[in-house]
Amino acid sequence: MIDGSVTTRCAPPTKRGRASSVYRSLVAFLGVVPFFAYVAVFFLVPTLVVAFGAFMGPQGLTTHNISALAQPQIASSLLHSVILAGVTAVIGAVFGSLLSYAVATSRRDGLVRRVFTTLCGVLAQFGGVALAFAFVATVGAQGLLTIWLQRMGMTISDSQWVYEWDKGLVVVYLYFQIPLMVLVFLPAIEGLRPEWREATQTLGGGSWRYWRHVAGPVLTPPFIGALLLLFANAFSAYATVAVLISQASPVLTLNIAGAMSSEVVLGQANVAKAMALAMVVVVALVMTLQALVERRTSKWLAS
Amino acid sequence: MEDDVNLSALRCAAIAAVAATLSIGITACGTPPDKTAGDTSKAATATSAQDLGGMAALVAAAKKEGTLNVIALPPDWANYGAIINAFKAKYGLTVNSANPEGSSADEITAAKNLKGQSKAPDVFDLGGNVAVANTAMFAPYKVSTFQDIPAKFKDANGGWVNDYGGYQSIGYDAAKVPAPSSIRDLLKPVYKGKVAMDGNPTLSGAGFNGVVMVALGVGGSADDISKGVDFFKQLKDAGNFLVADVSPATIESGQTPVVIDWDYLNVAQGAKLKGKIDWKTVIPAGAVVGSYYVQAINVDAPHPAAARLWEEFLFSDEGQNWFLKGAARPVRLDSMTKAGTVDAAALAALPKAVGTPLFMTPEQTAKATAYLAANWNKAVD
Repeated sequence: MIDGSVTTRCAPPTKRGRASSVYRSLVAFLGVVPFFAYVAVFFLVPTLVVAFGAFMGPQGLTTHNISALAQPQIASSLLHSVILAGVTAVIGAVFGSLLSYAVATSRRDGLVRRVFTTLCGVLAQFGGVALAFAFVATVGAQGLLTIWLQRMGMTISDSQWVYEWDKGLVVVYLYFQIPLMVLVFLPAIEGLRPEWREATQTLGGGSWRYWRHVAGPVLTPPFIGALLLLFANAFSAYATVAVLISQASPVLTLNIAGAMSSEVVLGQANVAKAMALAMVVVVALVMTLQALVERRTSKWLAS
Repeated sequence: MEDDVNLSALRCAAIAAVAATLSIGITACGTPPDKTAGDTSKAATATSAQDLGGMAALVAAAKKEGTLNVIALPPDWANYGAIINAFKAKYGLTVNSANPEGSSADEITAAKNLKGQSKAPDVFDLGGNVAVANTAMFAPYKVSTFQDIPAKFKDANGGWVNDYGGYQSIGYDAAKVPAPSSIRDLLKPVYKGKVAMDGNPTLSGAGFNGVVMVALGVGGSADDISKGVDFFKQLKDAGNFLVADVSPATIESGQTPVVIDWDYLNVAQGAKLKGKIDWKTVIPAGAVVGSYYVQAINVDAPHPAAARLWEEFLFSDEGQNWFLKGAARPVRLDSMTKAGTVDAAALAALPKAVGTPLFMTPEQTAKATAYLAANWNKAVD
C-alpha cells in the first residue's frame, strides 16, 4: 500500500515493430485516460472551484474572503484543527505502529491476528455519527458510564469533557486514528524479513544496530507517509465533530459547513471556499515538510 | 496477427475512453428536463389556478407531469411525512423528497446548482430570512385561499406566503426533571448537564429563535438579545448547557432531557415517544416567540403544474389541518376557526401560550444576527 510502485510489462520490440509500437503507446495512453478523467473530475475541478471561489464576491474579484480568514473565530478554529490533527496523528502513529509490531509478531494465520486486523478495518471506518453517538451515550453528561459512576458516588467534576475539542475530540479521534495506523503500517512491518535480523546478528550486531541501521531506515518512509495520512484524516474529519459539538464551531470544518449552509448569516459561501483553500494550503505545507523530513532522515540513517 | 490484436485492443480502449468521457459529460450536464408535460410552459407562468382554466385543469396538468420534487422536508417536521403521503394518495403523483435534513440555504443552493434539470426542487419551504434574500427565485402564484391569509403573512403579489409557524418552547422528560416554570429555572442544579437546544443559533432559525426566547425570559428584548447570549454563557459555565447536536435519538436515549425547540417539534417528539418517555412541552410565560415558515415556488421548477398543485393542497383546509395535527400553527388558523373548518381536537391539543407572541421584524433579525455572529461562539466555547 505504501510501496505503490507499478511494474509495467513491456514485450520486447519486434522487427515489424514501429507501427505496432505507435499503436501500443496509443493504447497505453488511452488506458490512462479514465484515470486522468477521474483525477480531473474529482480532484482538479473541485480544487479549481475552491481556489477561484475564494477570490470571488458578489461584485467580482475580491480579497475580502481571504481577509475574513483573520477573524478570530476562523483563525482560532484553523489553529485548533491543526493542533487536533497533529496531536492525534502523532499519538495514533506511535501507538498504531507499536500495535502493528505486536500483531506482526503473532502467528501469521492465527485467530488473534485475523480478528485484530478485521477489527481495525472496521474501527478505522467507524468515525462519524455512530462513533460520536456512542461516546455521548457512554461518557456524555447523561452517558451510561457517567451516571453509573455517579451512582457509585464518584462525580466527575467536568462532566462535559467529551464535548471539548482539546479533550473529548482527541480521545474520539484516536478511536479511528490508531486502527487506521495499524492498517496502513502493518504491511510495512510485515515486509521486515527475519533473514535481515539474522544477518545483522551473524555480523555481530545487536538489537540496537538492527533497528538503527536495518529496520529503522526501511520503516521510516512508510511511517512518515502514514503520519501524513493520519494528519489529513483528522484534519478533514467533519461528521464526528458535527454531532458531538453543535453549539460551537471549534474546528475549521465546522466553520466551513456553517458558512455554506447557515440560514441565519447569509452569503458566506465564498468565505467557506477561502477556508477550504486554507485547508489545501495547510495540507500542502505539511506534505512539503514531510518530503523535507524524509530526505533529512534518509541522509541521517544512511550515515 | 499481432497488429490485429493491437487494433482490436485499441478499438476497445477507444470505445471505453469515449464512453467514459460521455458519461462524465452526462453527469456534468445532468439529465435534460422532462419534455413530457404538454402544458408545462403555460403552467410555469400561471399565477393562479384560473390561468390554467381552473382546479380540474391544474390537477390534470400536474398528473401529466407525474412528479413533484420537494426538498428539506423532514418527515417528523410539522407533519410533513403525513402531508406528503396524503398528497400522493389524493393526486397519484410521485413525490421525490430530497435532502430531508437540509437547511433553507441548502434549498436555494440546490435550486441554483440543479437549474434546468429534472431533479431541481419545485417548491421551497424556507425560513423568513432566507426567503427575503432570494425573492428573485420565486414564481408568483396565488392559491385559491389567498384572500384568507393576513396581509403581513404574505407577499401581495403571491411571490411567497407563510404556511405554518409555531412558538419556541421547552421540551422536557417529566420523569427526569421537574417542569421548568421560567427560563431562569434552567440554571438550577437539577438541570446540570441536561439542557440542549436544537440547532446552533448562528446556523439555524430554530436555534436563533431559541436565543430570542431566552432573551425575553431573562429581561432582554427583540432589539437587544445580548441578555439571552449572556444567559447561555451562565448556563454553560454552570455545566447545565449541552453543546451536542439534538436528534430524536438523543432524546429517546435520554442524552438530552431538556430541549429548546419549536413547540411543534417538541410536541411531535412527545407523540412519537408516547409510552417510552413522558416528553412534555411548555411555552414559557411572557417569552412567546413566534415565527412562520415561507412557502414559495421555484421559478425554474421542472414540474410547474405539480408545484402549483402542491401549494393549493398545503393552503387548502385539508393541508392546513395536516399542519395543525402536527402541532404547527397554520397561517389560515383564524379564518378556519371562524368558518368552523378547523380540526378542533388538534387545535385543543396545542401547547398553551401565555402573553403576546413576538414576531421579529427583518431589522430586529438583522441586528440580532450580527450580534450572534460576533458573540455566540465566544459565549459557549
